[in-house]
Amino acid sequence: MNTNVDTIRNLAERDYKWGFVTDIEDERVPQGLNEEIIRVISAKKREPEFMLDWRLKAYRHWESLEKAQAEPKWANIKYGPIDYQAIVYYSAPKQKPGLKSLDELDPEILRTYEKLGIPLAEQKMLAGVAVDAVFDSVSVATTFKEKLAELGVIFCSFSEAVQKHPELVKKYLGSVVPHTDNFFAALNAAVFTDGSFVYVPKGVRCPLELSTYFRINAAETGQFERTLIVADEGAYVSYLEGCTAPIRDENQLHAAVVELVALDNAQIKYSTVQNWYPGDKQGRGGIYNFVTKRGKCQGMNSKISWTQVETGSAITWKYPSCILQGDNSAGEFYSVALTNNYQQADTGTKMIHLGKNTTSTIVSKGISAGHGQNTYRGMVKILKGAAGARNYTQCDSLLIGDKCGAHTFPYIEVKNSTAHMEHEASTSKIGEDQLFYLQQRGLKMEDAVSMIVNGFCKQVFRELPMEFAVEAQKLLGVSLEGSVG
Amino acid sequence: MTELAMQKRKEPMSLLEIRNLHVAVGGHEILKGIDLQVNAGEVHSIMGPNGSGKSTLAQVLSRREAYQVTAGAVSFHGKDLLAMKPEEAACEGVFMAFQYPVEIPGIGNTYFLRSALNAIRKYRGEEQMDAIDFLPMFREKLQLLEMDEKLMNRSLNEGFSGGEKKRNEILQMAVLEPKFAILDETDSGLDIDALRIVAKGVNAMRRPDRAMLVVTHYQRLLNYIVPDFVHVLVDGRIVRSGGAELALELEERGYGRIEGEARQTAPVSA
Repeated sequence: MNTNVDTIRNLAERDYKWGFVTDIEDERVPQGLNEEIIRVISAKKREPEFMLDWRLKAYRHWESLEKAQAEPKWANIKYGPIDYQAIVYYSAPKQKPGLKSLDELDPEILRTYEKLGIPLAEQKMLAGVAVDAVFDSVSVATTFKEKLAELGVIFCSFSEAVQKHPELVKKYLGSVVPHTDNFFAALNAAVFTDGSFVYVPKGVRCPLELSTYFRINAAETGQFERTLIVADEGAYVSYLEGCTAPIRDENQLHAAVVELVALDNAQIKYSTVQNWYPGDKQGRGGIYNFVTKRGKCQGMNSKISWTQVETGSAITWKYPSCILQGDNSAGEFYSVALTNNYQQADTGTKMIHLGKNTTSTIVSKGISAGHGQNTYRGMVKILKGAAGARNYTQCDSLLIGDKCGAHTFPYIEVKNSTAHMEHEASTSKIGEDQLFYLQQRGLKMEDAVSMIVNGFCKQVFRELPMEFAVEAQKLLGVSLEGSVG
Repeated sequence: MTELAMQKRKEPMSLLEIRNLHVAVGGHEILKGIDLQVNAGEVHSIMGPNGSGKSTLAQVLSRREAYQVTAGAVSFHGKDLLAMKPEEAACEGVFMAFQYPVEIPGIGNTYFLRSALNAIRKYRGEEQMDAIDFLPMFREKLQLLEMDEKLMNRSLNEGFSGGEKKRNEILQMAVLEPKFAILDETDSGLDIDALRIVAKGVNAMRRPDRAMLVVTHYQRLLNYIVPDFVHVLVDGRIVRSGGAELALELEERGYGRIEGEARQTAPVSA
């Protein structure tokens, strides 16, 4: 029953033991960003020429955006200016004196880890304790690699893919999220250090859920990983992504890019449980999670499904989207976003209908507690050629307490009169009568809140693989602690 | 307590003792000095007109926060009930069958009930009950309440009819096996068949070590759940106490007369 969870944990643990970490152990580029840094990163990774060119093009574009102060400001989030020259873009971590054992760690943090079921080795890693290797950007460890190879499935770190499968990387890299897409995507393209790469060949149904566990570990670094998943004709793959970060006083930038490509009759299911460090109760520290995720249903009858559970990060800016290019292709977005204390989330999706009879489904559940601000921002665009396109959007907000906020910005653009659009939205508060009812049956206040919230999110959780759903439920409970009473 | 009530008591093992209970809501006094002793094995009924404080009493005993106790004390098998949080009272054995059971989307009935049972068992230092042990016991209780198991796959009370909700309350009571159950207007909104089923469930749970407080407007329910004692609550005070026959008298004469008489004489319970 716990195989998936174990797999994730195993992956995480294996990451800590080996990988590119040893390569970069004593290497560290200076803070800041310039062409020289990009060249150093590319050289360290022994990249072919095309990669360096691509990075440099992205860098120059980003530089022009930065000069023009084109960092996106339209989102409903507030944060101070980010000093991009103060970030270390490629780093071996500082060997800080650190803690010698878990006993020195704040017991509250330990309790949280225990509740999450994070194994001891992982706890140590998260806490920065007794580390013989520390990662900032985590490469991918694959279990069952041989089994996958038999089927022709490629699942490896992005760095490895660049070395071993340059033709695939060249063909698809930037094909869904070009470096010109937005400020953070340009930054990522210039400096990304690793990530995952998946290729599922024609007609292959990937028999395993592929998982990656990302973690930001070192201080003063950004994390810029890039994931590229290609499902060839008739292929199917389900991919899970988990994220955690240690607790730090300062904010850290995480600007990732995920690109998915589904060819004819292919299907990609991408699930995320994001638990980056959200900052403390006063809103100090935490991750800025500025992520561009997009899938292209390139082929007919293809399908891309995003499921995300976002409980972490100080600020989340993220819109996993689908370009529905192939006729009859389908896009799905199931999301739970929780903001507690001073967290802010501006998240949602874009569904761009190009092909005929394309369909999209959006189910968004936003939960705000404490002083949390939660924004759903969604765009459904139905272009001229998308005859018979359909969209269903459901967007629910749940408020806990009276200091938080929920906001909804749905954009709808329809250029074809045969399109069908449905939009449902609701906002509710956890009722005192609901809480009292559960308490009267013996449940503690916090368990009662957690149960109500989980009930609210059920529609999304059932899209997650079972064991992941269990983790997500626990995570919500932990994230909501102290939000009531 | 009336003398009759005292005589009827064979083994006076006090479970709940309410002394001079005063309760206010939003500064307005609702209960104006309640005294009541409930022993294990007894079924007491609280009757009274609208606004007399019946539901307030039920809510206070189940520890709802909005109610402010301004004076008095309540001990529950020797412990201070008024110092308990709702979940503590529940874990100690207080159960409330709600007049208006709430709906909670996305929480399965079975899952909810097992979680509640395990929360109580945990509090008592008992082992957690897994699904395999839970299910046969649960099915037995479902049968008692003549409830379809399919209903249990739905979210808590969601889309339940009024009668189904009330039966679900008694089902929960049957599973959680409280020491002291408060039935708050359980008969309201029930048709005669549902009333019979609910009463059957409640009667099956009468035991020497369990007490019940049945709060109702009407005598009808008491034909099915025959109480050992009936108390008439008027304007925040118990104005008369008696046996089951008092309910019949009330039905016949109405609260008005009783209230009038009560004004002329000192409240028996004071």
